[in-house]
Amino acid sequence: MTLDVFLQHITNGISLGSLYALIAIGYTMVYGILRLINFAHGDIFMMATYFAFYGVVIFSLPWYFVFVFAIILTGILGIIVEKTAYKTLRDAPKISILISAIGASYLLENLAVVIFGGRPKAFPTPDLFNKVVQVGNISVQRLTFIIPVVTVALLFMLLYLINKTKSGMAMRAVSKDHETARLMGVDVDKTISFTFFIGSMLAAVGGIMWALKFPQIQPLMGVIPGLKCFIAAVIGGIGNVTGAVVGGFILGIGEIMLVALLPSLTGYRDAFAFILLIVILIFKPTGIMGEKISEKV
Amino acid sequence: MMLKIEDLIVSYGGIEALKGVSIEVEEGKIITLVGANGAGKSTTLRSIVGLVKPKSGKIIFEDKNLQNVKTQDLIKMGITLVPEGRRVFPNLSVLENLKLGAFVRKDEANIKSDLEWVYSLFPRLKERTWQLAGTLSGGEQQMLAVGRALMSRPRLMMMDEPSLGLAPLIVKEIFRIIKEVNKKGVTILLIEQNANAALHIADTGYVLETGNIALKGTGKELLSNDDVKKAYLGDSVHL
Ligand SMILES: Nc1ncnc2c1ncn2[C@@H]1O[C@H](COP(=O)(O)OP(=O)(O)OP(=O)(O)O)[C@@H](O)[C@H]1O
Ligand SMILES: [Mg+2]
Repeated sequence: MTLDVFLQHITNGISLGSLYALIAIGYTMVYGILRLINFAHGDIFMMATYFAFYGVVIFSLPWYFVFVFAIILTGILGIIVEKTAYKTLRDAPKISILISAIGASYLLENLAVVIFGGRPKAFPTPDLFNKVVQVGNISVQRLTFIIPVVTVALLFMLLYLINKTKSGMAMRAVSKDHETARLMGVDVDKTISFTFFIGSMLAAVGGIMWALKFPQIQPLMGVIPGLKCFIAAVIGGIGNVTGAVVGGFILGIGEIMLVALLPSLTGYRDAFAFILLIVILIFKPTGIMGEKISEKV
Repeated sequence: MMLKIEDLIVSYGGIEALKGVSIEVEEGKIITLVGANGAGKSTTLRSIVGLVKPKSGKIIFEDKNLQNVKTQDLIKMGITLVPEGRRVFPNLSVLENLKLGAFVRKDEANIKSDLEWVYSLFPRLKERTWQLAGTLSGGEQQMLAVGRALMSRPRLMMMDEPSLGLAPLIVKEIFRIIKEVNKKGVTILLIEQNANAALHIADTGYVLETGNIALKGTGKELLSNDDVKKAYLGDSVHL
């Protein structure tokens, strides 16, 4: 493998990893605040692509306007899922909430089949993103550069929100102790909704960029990426935002490099994530950046 | 009366933890509620702040029934609770924990001066401003829990066993600060197993026994009461 080819693969890996990272953040944020795996997250990601698709194709609005609108709409969808499937069960046993999460996932998938149709649709990619750029000897689609830049920018904004703002402080407090946060005057329900809003919007950004890169959308498109990104969140240390991003990159780059270096294993591409998960769970069950603060009682 | 609890009954799945408790808290005073393990002390406080739903009875704060007030809205009414077991946020710094105490306040300038005041009460916290609360010692965590409560500028501060598990010197320190805070006009409802220390600083004391108020009196009266002496003030445990 020449250096150029290697670089080509790395760029692709980073780009795919960025998409995984954006989705993985949503899993980790929800887990952090509710100790719940939001199984509907992959389907929220799918819904975002349809919102964008219909905005562009049916209403033929300018893409940038549609994308912003679709992202906000997806954030609201996240809140709706939280209010209906999870909030109503806040005091129920964990297993009930887990089942409700799986139910919400199936509901969204089947709603999409009924409303949007089961046949794949071609996602319109504005030329702006498709242009091929020549850097040295490697040629890359412009989108391949845009994706990581957008991801990193969003990550820094998110870290600022979580670590430097009052809402972020409330989120961190709620993630440790709902009761005491309430005693401090924090509106726990609002804080949880806000978390779903942010996580779902990030999944929407990931979803739209995914659809630009792989321009075919269908109602079950969120299932495998959803599963892989959940794994990415676990690998990085679930509950930790930076960890989710690291996990996403490891998974994206690893997957591309596996196919590139060992083409005979191409069929095992999806299995890579699971094997990595098993390895991590054996050697570092808390994930790469999993937190271990000793709590005094 | 600032806070009036009337005939409070609380049951956990059929077992009555409070069987008709009545307590009055007069503004500006230190009221203490002492009792053995499992007597229902924490249950009383948790009912006041709405973390436990009573079966019957009334909780009136300044002529307002607290029954339908949400926990998160109490702090705006001037009520705060230093919970049992400190419950500081381990993943937040000392400063952030204190800021969280002032979460609902908008008067930035006063928040700053209150922060200075809390730091002057607990110089140890000032030294550890940036440290994560989870890495503080037990005593420091208790100071932080008290400081955090003070940051809301409470009018009624309720405390659930602030001396639990602390060395005698730190206990003394905490009780000194409770008195100092009270002198500033903050009403205190103090729950303690350390009946001796609590009754010494209290204006009024209640003795809670398995869900019932067994005795009520001034701190002095209870300290010299024979039953109280036998049950709660005996020498330290001999082994
Ligand atoms: N969530 C709960 N579910 C069931 N029973 C409970 C619950 N909380 C408290 N109890 C019971 O209610 C009774 C009173 O408990 P409470 O915590 O109020 O006691 P306490 O006076 O604060 O004791 P301690 O000094 O040990 O903290 C106990 O018998 C306890 O087992
Ligand atoms: Mg207790």
